Amino acid sequence: MTTSYLITGAKPYGEPAQDLLIRDGVIADIGQNLQADDAEVIDGTGLIALPGMVDLHTHLREPGREDAETVETGSRAAAKGGFTAVHAMANSSPVADTAGVVEQVYRLGVEAGWTEVYPVGAVTRGLAGESLAELGAMAESAAAVRMFSDDGHCVTNAQLMRRALEYVKTIDGFIAQHAQDTDLTAWGTDNAAQMNEGSVSATLGLPGWPSVAEEAIIARDVLLADYVGAKLHICHVSTAGSVEILRWAKARGIQVTAEVTPHHLMLTDELVATYNPVYKVNPPLRTEADTQALREALAEGTIDVIGTDHAPHPEQAKECEWAQAAMGMTGLETALNAVQHAMVETGLINWRRFAEITSTRPAEIYGHQHQGQEIAAGQSANIILIDPAASKTITPEQHASKGRNSPFRGIELPGEVRYTFLAGQPVLAQAELTQPVTERTGA
Amino acid sequence: MRHLLSTAELAYDDALRILDTAEEMAAVTSREVKKLPTLRGRTVVNLFYEDSTRTRVSFEAAAKRLSADVVNFSAKGSSVSKGESLKDTVQTLDAMGADAIVIRHSAAGSAAQLAASDWSEAAVVNAGDGTHEHPTQALLDALTLRRDWAAAHGQDSPRGTDLAGMKVLIVGDILHSRVARSNLWLLRTLGAEVHFAAPATLLPQGVEQWPATGHYSLDDALAAAPDAVMLLRVQAERMGGAFFPTAAEYTRRWGLTDERLSVVEKLTLGETGKPAVILHPGPMNRGVEISAAAADSPQTRITEQVANGVAVRMAVLHLLLSQSHQEESHS
Repeated sequence: MTTSYLITGAKPYGEPAQDLLIRDGVIADIGQNLQADDAEVIDGTGLIALPGMVDLHTHLREPGREDAETVETGSRAAAKGGFTAVHAMANSSPVADTAGVVEQVYRLGVEAGWTEVYPVGAVTRGLAGESLAELGAMAESAAAVRMFSDDGHCVTNAQLMRRALEYVKTIDGFIAQHAQDTDLTAWGTDNAAQMNEGSVSATLGLPGWPSVAEEAIIARDVLLADYVGAKLHICHVSTAGSVEILRWAKARGIQVTAEVTPHHLMLTDELVATYNPVYKVNPPLRTEADTQALREALAEGTIDVIGTDHAPHPEQAKECEWAQAAMGMTGLETALNAVQHAMVETGLINWRRFAEITSTRPAEIYGHQHQGQEIAAGQSANIILIDPAASKTITPEQHASKGRNSPFRGIELPGEVRYTFLAGQPVLAQAELTQPVTERTGA
Repeated sequence: MRHLLSTAELAYDDALRILDTAEEMAAVTSREVKKLPTLRGRTVVNLFYEDSTRTRVSFEAAAKRLSADVVNFSAKGSSVSKGESLKDTVQTLDAMGADAIVIRHSAAGSAAQLAASDWSEAAVVNAGDGTHEHPTQALLDALTLRRDWAAAHGQDSPRGTDLAGMKVLIVGDILHSRVARSNLWLLRTLGAEVHFAAPATLLPQGVEQWPATGHYSLDDALAAAPDAVMLLRVQAERMGGAFFPTAAEYTRRWGLTDERLSVVEKLTLGETGKPAVILHPGPMNRGVEISAAAADSPQTRITEQVANGVAVRMAVLHLLLSQSHQEESHS
C-alpha cells in the first residue's frame, strides 16, 4: 500500500501554489517542483489545500439511535465533508455520562477509521441538569474527554453551572453550554417554543423562542466563567444580541469561545412559513439581521468557530406535524458549501480565516496537538483539498449520513471537498470515499 | 382556488366570490327544502384531531345540504390514538376516495402541510390549525358584518360589496387566537381597519408589524368608535395567573361589561346612525369576556354568525369541489 503522496500545484489557503509531499502520516516536504519516485502523484491544480476541518459539535446518535446515524455512517459523512475530527455530543442513549459510554464511542470511532471521533461528556448525570456526571472518570478514560456539554439541554441551574465550571478547571477541561432559558421557552410543556419569536411566529401562530432566552444564559454564564476563572464555550450562537454580549466578555478578557452553525449563517425564520419541519432546529432559525450580525462576528473573531450541530433524524421524525417534529438538521456534508457561500464569496473572509474558524481554532479550543496545524513540513497530514470553483445542487440522497434532513436540499452551493487526508491517508479521493484508516491507535 | 388554508393568502376576488356564493347558499337554507344536488356522489371527510362539535356540525350540515357524502373521522377512539401518523391517516382517507378533507388540528400548519404533500389529491379546508388560522370563521364573520354594513349604507344586497371604511375592534387573547389572525388578514383584504384591545401578555411579540392598531385599554379602544366589537373567548387555561392575574381582573379591564355595553350602544355603523354590532365566535363565557346583557343585546349577531357559518362552508365546499370537477372534465 502506498504511504506517500505527492500533491502537485495545490494552493495552501488559496495562496500561491506549492507541491506537498505526504509521507508516513506527516507533511514531509512543501515547496516547488518536489520529486518523489515512490509517491503516488495527485494533481492539485486548481485545488486549495486546507487543514482538515474540526467539528466541535456533531451528533452521531450511537449508542441508542442507530436508525438515525451510527459512528460509522457519521464518520463517513465527516470524511466526505472534509472533517478530520469530530466531537460527538453526549445525548445518546444511554447518555455519555460515564467512562464506559465515552470509551465505547471512542472505540467505535477508531474502528470506523474515517475521521477522528472524540466523545463529549455530559455535564450532568443523564443530562437531567441535577447533579454532576463523573467528569473526572471521563477525563481519565481512554477517550480522554476534555469537553463537557449537556447539548440539547441547557445547564439551567446557576449553582450547578458554577460548580461545573469550577470542577473542569481541575481536569483541564471546558464546558460547552447550550444556552436556552427553559422557562422563557416553556420547555417541557405543551406550549414549548417552536421557532424564533418575532413577526413571523406572530403570523404563523407557533410559540416563539425569544432571543432573550439565549442571551440571558450567555450573559449569566460569561459572568460565572469570569467569577470562577474557568473556560466556557457557547454552542450554536444564533442572535445579534448574543454577539454583543460575547464582544463585551472577550474585551473584558473572559475565557469564552463561541461557535456558529452554517445554517444560522444562511437561513432565516421566513422559511418556517412553509411549515416544512426540515427547518425546525434548536436554537431556531432567526432573522436576516441576526444572520448578518453572526457573519460579521465570525469574520472579526467574536465568534471563534464553525460547529455544524449535525443532527440526523429518520424520515418519520420530520414527516409529521411541525409541533411533533424533531429538531435538527444535517450539516457535515454541506458545511464547506454553506460557509464558502456565506463567508468567502461575500468577501467577509479569505481561505486563511476559513482555516482558522473550521480547523485551527476548534483544535486549539479542545487542545488537539495534531489537528488544525499549519500546512508546513513536519506537521501531521490531516489536510483536505477542495475545489472552490465547483458548484453543486445539494441532494441529501447522495449523502453518506443516514440523515436526509438537510435544509439546503435543492439549493445550488459552491465548493467541493475533493480529498480528505486523515493521518496521511486519503480517506476521500476524487470526492469518493476510499478506505478507512483502521490501524490508527488514536491521539 | 384549490384549497382554503388561510385568509393571509386569500385574494380579494376569491374572498368576494366566497361571500357572494355564501349569500346564494343562505337563500337556499331559508327554503323549505334546504338541499342542492351540486356535490352528489362526492365525499367530504371531516378529519378532526381536536374536539369541536360546533365547527364539525357546521361543516357536516354544509356538506349534506350540497348532497355530498360525509365521513366524520375523529382522532379520539381511532387509530390515531394508537400513534398513527397524519400521513398514514390521510393516505388511508385518500384511498377511500375523499374529494375534500376538512381538517381541524392542534398543530399550526397541519392543513398547509397536508395541502403541500403528495399524500392526497383531495381539496383541503383548514377548519382551525393550532393558533394559526381559522379561515371559515373569519369568512362567516365577514359575511355577518357585510350584511349590516351594506344595509346601513342603503345597499339592496351586500353582493359585490366589501368592508371599506369599517373599523373592527377585536378584544382578548390575540396571542393564542386563530380567529383573530384570520380576521385580521381578511378584514384588511376587504378594506376594513382593525383594532386590537388586550393586555400586553396576550398580544404576540411582533404585533407592531401587523397592519392593526393595538390598545392596552378597552375603554380607549371603544373611544376610537369602532363599528363592530368582536369579543374572543378567554380559554380556561389562560386564567391561572400566567397571562393575567384573575378572571375578575380580566373582566374589569377587558370584559364587555354592562357599563361598557352602554358605551357600545351609542356607537354607530359609520355615519349611518344604525347601531354598531357585537360579535363572538362562541362558545361564550358569560360574565367573563361578555356580560349576559351584552350577550343578549339586540346589537349582537351571535346566532347570525352560526347560521352564516353553514352558508360560508357550503360556499367554500361548492367552489373548491365544483371547480376542480370542471377542471377534471375539461382535461
